[in-house]
Amino acid sequence: MGFVTATADRLTIRNFTEAAGLFRTLGASGFRRFSTYRQATVAATITNTMFGFVRTYVMLAVAGSAVALGGQAAGYDAPQLVTYVWAGQGLIGVVAMWGWTDLADRIRSGDVVTDLLRPVHPVLGYLLPDLGRAAYAMLTRFVVPVVVGALAFDMYLPQRAATYPMFAVSVLLAVLVCFAGRYLVNAAGYWLLDTRGVLMGWAVCAGMLGGLYFPIRFLPDGLATAVYLGTPFPSLLQVPLDVLVERDPPTGQLALLGLQALWAGLLFTACVLVQRRAERRLVVQGG
Amino acid sequence: MNVIEAHGLRKDFTVRVRKSLLRRERREVAAVDGVDLIVQRGELLGYLGPNGAGKSTTLKMLTGVLNPSGGAVSVCGLTPVPQRILLARRIGVVFGQRSQLWWDLPLRDSYELLRHIYRVPAAEHAVRLRRCRGLLELDPFLDTPVRQLSLGQRMRGELTAALLHGPEVLFLDEPTIGLDVVSKQAVRGFLAELGESGDTTIVLTTHDLADIERLCRRIVVIDHGRVVHDGGIDALHARYGSQRRVTVEFDAPPATLPALPGVYLAAATGPRLTFTLDGTASVGTLVSALSALGGLRDLSVTEPEIEEVIARLYRSEGRAPS
Repeated sequence: MGFVTATADRLTIRNFTEAAGLFRTLGASGFRRFSTYRQATVAATITNTMFGFVRTYVMLAVAGSAVALGGQAAGYDAPQLVTYVWAGQGLIGVVAMWGWTDLADRIRSGDVVTDLLRPVHPVLGYLLPDLGRAAYAMLTRFVVPVVVGALAFDMYLPQRAATYPMFAVSVLLAVLVCFAGRYLVNAAGYWLLDTRGVLMGWAVCAGMLGGLYFPIRFLPDGLATAVYLGTPFPSLLQVPLDVLVERDPPTGQLALLGLQALWAGLLFTACVLVQRRAERRLVVQGG
Repeated sequence: MNVIEAHGLRKDFTVRVRKSLLRRERREVAAVDGVDLIVQRGELLGYLGPNGAGKSTTLKMLTGVLNPSGGAVSVCGLTPVPQRILLARRIGVVFGQRSQLWWDLPLRDSYELLRHIYRVPAAEHAVRLRRCRGLLELDPFLDTPVRQLSLGQRMRGELTAALLHGPEVLFLDEPTIGLDVVSKQAVRGFLAELGESGDTTIVLTTHDLADIERLCRRIVVIDHGRVVHDGGIDALHARYGSQRRVTVEFDAPPATLPALPGVYLAAATGPRLTFTLDGTASVGTLVSALSALGGLRDLSVTEPEIEEVIARLYRSEGRAPS
């Protein structure tokens, strides 16, 4: 009775269409669930937009002397920094850096038991709706700040056509990395009854090392490299934004996508292992 | 064919007890302590026990959510924990205190999602949903978001959700908890019909003994993690000395009373007498003896209450009755 390895059907061509149906429907459910909370979307978008102004002024003031006469600060000129800030404000909601406690809440209440009673791996069961949620956020919470920023400031637009698909891939990878990170943080609830401390630690690190408060490239080179390679946080915002503002040449952009893909792979493997480990020692709370 | 087989099923939990400021002692507590259970296809089994007896823990082990500490278990020919995802397609589970529906989606959308999750062909899904809609009267609230449903509506929705993929076994953990009389009747009626069809094996845990009396021919009672009774309701009555009561009223208090084996006078208030009968005495013999006295005006027979029997069983704390 020692091992817990919940077996799933092997993915064959016969059930491939069924699997595609599952992906589509669960993804759409996430989209629909979040689209029912219109007031929340409006409030969050307004907040992101207001902070966009604050951050743009602060960023331009900090980088002021360096970028004043068309120069660069850590490799960014003024329009690139403007794009960095506004696209970043839009992506906060897409990657959903903070505030996701669904799994931790369900572990605490014991409702996680119904997730385990479905014939879908829990990681997939949470991921698919999250992708739907991200798609909804891309259409609402990303678009508005970017349009407002473009109207109010001189923004940098990508010069290379390949940057657009690379940005799209990078955002998808950022959503995957962020989801896996949040899943792991929430899964701490299997061991700790109160996950607030872990969630807080995640929020602080995601903001500070993810490139939200300032571009990581502002740090000394050695430190910046350590953060990129040693933590998944730059993959959340910093990497997609660097790809978008073409901070690096195409090979650099590709290397950044590779880094994100690596982190996504590592974190998802960790999610599956942690989930398996948790199921082995699971104590469902309540009757 | 055995749908559920459990032999010596155990679940131990480690509890840490604070001994002093710094010292904590680990103690193993057996929530389920060697349960043997065999359930055949089409049975409707009542699984009873006081709070904390191990009912839900057993159900969680049978459904593959909890890893047993010992013993062997198989459900639908599968080992629940390692084959949980395969098993999930073949069983349905309703936990009365938990929801498997999506809080912010209408029932109809939840069902559509479940269809894809369980990979049910659209036509099959439609037939089952139509049947549930009719029997459980879902139509008035099929398009209401789950968060706005009343408890009774939600429970009918939950039952439907558990059945749409045509499970071979349905596990119900207190499905009527907190429901009003009308909703309880609707749920019971539905389960009775489902049970009579014989296709679905049902394991029902409940504290509502009316559920049991109405639905279950076989009852397994568990206490302190052990099975203390496995059989029909009649066997339970016989085993725990259930007593039928006969109340009679005469024109005037009779001067003498018949002495019959197994019949005892429980109360006498003027012309109104109450007798209790143990398993050996027959009501017919008592009634004919009493009517021979003359002046018998009224008579009523009260069947033993199952609640009384179960309470007696729980109080005996799992010890075999003498």
